[in-house]
Amino acid sequence: MVGQLVEGPVTARLPRRARRNYTPYLLLLPGLAWLVVFFVVPMLSLFSQSLQTGNVETGYVMTWNVQTYVDALSRFWPHFVRSLLFAGTATVLALLLAYPLAYFMAQRSGRWKNILLVLVIAPFFTSFLIRTLAWQTILADTGPVVAFARTIHLTDLLQLLHLTSNDSLMNSPFAVIAGLTYNFLPFMILPLYASLERLDHSLIEAAGDLYANPAQTFWKVTWPLSLPGVVGGTLLTFIPAAGDFINARLLGNTKTVMIGQVIDSEFLRVQDYAVAAALSFVLMLIITAMVAVYVRRAGTEELV
Amino acid sequence: MRWVRAHLVGIAGMVVLSYMLIPNLVVLVFSFNKPAGNYNYQWQQFSTDAWTNPCGAPGICDSLGLSLRIGFIATVVATILGTMVAFAISRHRFRGRSATNLLIFLPMATPEVVMGSSLLTLFIAMGVAPGTPTILIAHILFCMSFVVVTVKARIASLDPRLEQAAADLFANPMQTFVRVTLPLVAPGIAAGALLAFSLSFDDYIITNFNASPSSITFPMFVWGAAQRGTPVQINVIGSVMFLAALVLVATGQLISNRRNKVAV
Repeated sequence: MVGQLVEGPVTARLPRRARRNYTPYLLLLPGLAWLVVFFVVPMLSLFSQSLQTGNVETGYVMTWNVQTYVDALSRFWPHFVRSLLFAGTATVLALLLAYPLAYFMAQRSGRWKNILLVLVIAPFFTSFLIRTLAWQTILADTGPVVAFARTIHLTDLLQLLHLTSNDSLMNSPFAVIAGLTYNFLPFMILPLYASLERLDHSLIEAAGDLYANPAQTFWKVTWPLSLPGVVGGTLLTFIPAAGDFINARLLGNTKTVMIGQVIDSEFLRVQDYAVAAALSFVLMLIITAMVAVYVRRAGTEELV
Repeated sequence: MRWVRAHLVGIAGMVVLSYMLIPNLVVLVFSFNKPAGNYNYQWQQFSTDAWTNPCGAPGICDSLGLSLRIGFIATVVATILGTMVAFAISRHRFRGRSATNLLIFLPMATPEVVMGSSLLTLFIAMGVAPGTPTILIAHILFCMSFVVVTVKARIASLDPRLEQAAADLFANPMQTFVRVTLPLVAPGIAAGALLAFSLSFDDYIITNFNASPSSITFPMFVWGAAQRGTPVQINVIGSVMFLAALVLVATGQLISNRRNKVAV
């Protein structure tokens, strides 16, 4: 809507000179050319690679071999399921954690707002690999976190839930999900903050004046108005988390291997390009389909 | 108890914020460690060795230099291309506008492994050897969409009356753009560039698909170190980047705060 307001007067004085009609195309040309050559073409190249047969030494020939997909999926479907489960859990946890912080920053923090914003963005700049390695230290068997978790029997609870397999926290599904949640949390906070900041506080007061209790106010006023942020944040968290393998590799064990790790090693170590390309292409299809359904159901199509 | 209930959101927010910052604190503390073995995971004793000799680990400063160079070039190119696209989309009506929007959105909705591996298949098919140029191509690609989105949001929030006022005061379109529009959009461009740099500097997955043994970026160095032994210098560089970012972003905020006060 804002876009239309801005465009109105500009387009109104366009037709006078036909020459200016080329401007958008000239502005778009270099950027879009880059996207077509290095994004669209590689996707086609990936698809074509997945249907070829051969090996690295003798080269690949196009044979329209659909069997690769059947083989790849029958071997690696558990990794797909696990990746989507881990990423989904991490996304829900990130939403639960990010909402109070984003709400506080946007509505209650006053002059501390900018400082909090800086603190949310700054961890980005320490390489995310280094920060994930720090979790190895934090969750180490000899550290205070494990000792505390044992005292409050959190370790027992996690074992019951099959999130850990012994009395420690590292090298477990728990550690991987905690790492994914941690790593993509800023991507959840920033869109939430952006939509909560636009929320007019007088609407919340009005709900209170009309005898809504805090829970009703939240579900009838705050939550619906923050939906664009929720949709944006969950997408920006779920998509990279589903393809990530750094957390699974550094914090997990052989039973927490995610699909990104499989694609990476099939490409670079096993060098079975056909299987790797097929897996990569399927991951792209799954994510695109999920995003399309989700965005349509949430009804925030202006996001794109 | 009443105080706790009244400040519940704030308390929850601070707990989450500490969850986000504790790893950075651990990185900083362990940059003063003197580890017993190859791995810097357990606290041994205080030492400033790594701080006085930050390039002490073989290859670490070369990889840092490469990452900074790649980050700089990728940021400049992605910011210029992205800003142009953002202006075209927000200020013009043209055929294929929604297709353009979709094409901008798709790279952000693509997992990194897919983007990295698809580029690799293209380079293999074309017979292009991986190295610094292929890393740059990939980085410009994934940074550009984020720049477009950031700049577009800033353009959309502008008050159109300011540009109309410029036109009423007999500024021609070029003058209006340079004197009014561009300065107003500049914070959005700066934010987009900062985001682009941090994405490029931090990327491991896509980079690893398109790198060669002679083009080791800093994240690739860290990844290798995680398998062989982590030098303390990694923590020093991580901490310096964190503190530099704090100073940089805080200064930016101060400047924009002061500007806003003057404007009011």
